[in-house]
Amino acid sequence: MKLLTLNFLTCARKTCKSLPAAFPLHPREAELEQVETDMNAALIKNILPRLEWDAMKTVTTELGLPNLPAETPAPEDLATADGEPSQTLKDLHVLLMDTAVVSGKLVCGNCGHEYAVKEGIANFLLPSHMV
Amino acid sequence: MDYLIRFVQMHESFRQAETDAIADLEGLQMQWLHYSADAPFAIIRFTGPTGETTSAARTLIARSILATSIHELWGTGPDYPTLHTSIRALTSAQWPAYQHTSFRFTIDSYHSSRPLASQHTLIESFAYMSFTGPIAMRNPANHFTVFEESRLDAPTPHRLYFGRLVGASGRKQALVKYNLKKRTYIATTSMDAELSLVTANLAQAAAGKLIYDPFMGTGSFPLACAHFGATVFGSDLDGRSIRGQGARSVKANFEQYATASNYLGGFVADLTNTPLRHTRTLDGIICDPPYGVREGLKVLGSTRVALKEVVYLSDGTPAHLGANYIPPKKGYRFERMLDDVLSFAAEGLVEGGRLCMWMPVAGAGEEAEYEIPRHPALRLVSECTQDFNKWSRRLLTYARCADGEVDADALLAYRARRSVLSEAEIGPEVKTTANNLNAFRKRYFEGFRERSAESRCD
Repeated sequence: MKLLTLNFLTCARKTCKSLPAAFPLHPREAELEQVETDMNAALIKNILPRLEWDAMKTVTTELGLPNLPAETPAPEDLATADGEPSQTLKDLHVLLMDTAVVSGKLVCGNCGHEYAVKEGIANFLLPSHMV
Repeated sequence: MDYLIRFVQMHESFRQAETDAIADLEGLQMQWLHYSADAPFAIIRFTGPTGETTSAARTLIARSILATSIHELWGTGPDYPTLHTSIRALTSAQWPAYQHTSFRFTIDSYHSSRPLASQHTLIESFAYMSFTGPIAMRNPANHFTVFEESRLDAPTPHRLYFGRLVGASGRKQALVKYNLKKRTYIATTSMDAELSLVTANLAQAAAGKLIYDPFMGTGSFPLACAHFGATVFGSDLDGRSIRGQGARSVKANFEQYATASNYLGGFVADLTNTPLRHTRTLDGIICDPPYGVREGLKVLGSTRVALKEVVYLSDGTPAHLGANYIPPKKGYRFERMLDDVLSFAAEGLVEGGRLCMWMPVAGAGEEAEYEIPRHPALRLVSECTQDFNKWSRRLLTYARCADGEVDADALLAYRARRSVLSEAEIGPEVKTTANNLNAFRKRYFEGFRERSAESRCD
């Protein structure tokens, strides 16, 4: 699953779901892969205002990836004067769309439940005592 | 100038809804001057401020699946003399512009056919336009078509149109490309290519948008949305359907169609215990919930009291921490699942974002009685029907209202009603069977027998 997805996911337990401590899920023993994908400037521009930037920063720091800017980049920072993709946009693209978690665990910061990621697919199913 | 849209004569109730969705997505204002479910020819007019309508027509048709082409309408009438008069009145000023370009004439007859000799005579009757350019059967600069609309078995057509081709749709190429027979990975309930692509059009999938499918299966809908440039992700209760086997997986499907860049990934989850945050991030939600017939309708949890506590294995470790642990699942009411989808959509869609949801209905056509699920924050945009003999399925499309438009009292009442419902079900544990939970499933396996006929037999 691509790193962008982690910004939408929190703990599946109803008791954790709305708590700030449960988001973002913390990657542990994560194995990452980088696959180059087509630049999708329209998507990043569209999705950027909907991202939780602090959660992005937490996840990238925990994964040992390059640090993100302190604030959400402004839309005008995404393109250079001649309309080409800016370095900021390219970096964001590599991080959000090219980088994916292949295996490891996603851990809830509130209840400590671990969700396994195998073959790039995270498993959010809960045993019945947690439903 | 008005335009004629040439539809295919199938999935009739989807055709206008699809065209309207594309027009809305592309910001084109149009009105339907003539439409009938019984014929493949419809007449529209662009009503927007722009004078240039040719490009509007091309934009409208380009991504259509249920229309094949769009034509400038040069004339119309109930018989040939009227048609010719109409063409003269509407377009005689334009003829000189086409006089020296290559051209071709074709005849498109619906519910009838013409022998070749009769076709030639008919085409010659248009000689008054005095086109002197070369006739080109391949790639003509201008392609004129005579459309004849007849009733079944009628001796002569009752409505005629004459048009100049402006644009063709990508229907044929898309259907060949997404044909299930050639797809790397499918399963028993994969949605066919045509209806998947139509659903993606109704969801207004487009470049830059983010679309989610909570019952992804083998990924038919996400694949169709990615075809139109949307970025997609999905989940399913059954991880096996996402993972597939060996070289056959949802990911491999995206690679087959060269849209892997648009696929964020899939995860295993249950919609009633979804890990997606309660935040408005999605441009579209598109789904075909399991009907409980071929695919069982399950959610996480168990009705067995013993399983409400942590289960320990004989070596003292909790069972759910094992690597190959499979959590128990229980049956679920179909109506509740639909309500859950609507609530989820109301919380997850951005303003104007669309939910496309399929649902099965016992009974076909107009006779089927069923209640359209509603949510105060979702506006029903269209309702399309695919009829099978004794049952049908509906594609319901909703748009998320702006927060200001949502009736706050109705929303409170809706939430109150839902919490009462869920408490009623939590109550004393009753033995629930799949049939009790799903009226459609029950009627399906009873063969949709008429209730009155049943009582007569008794």
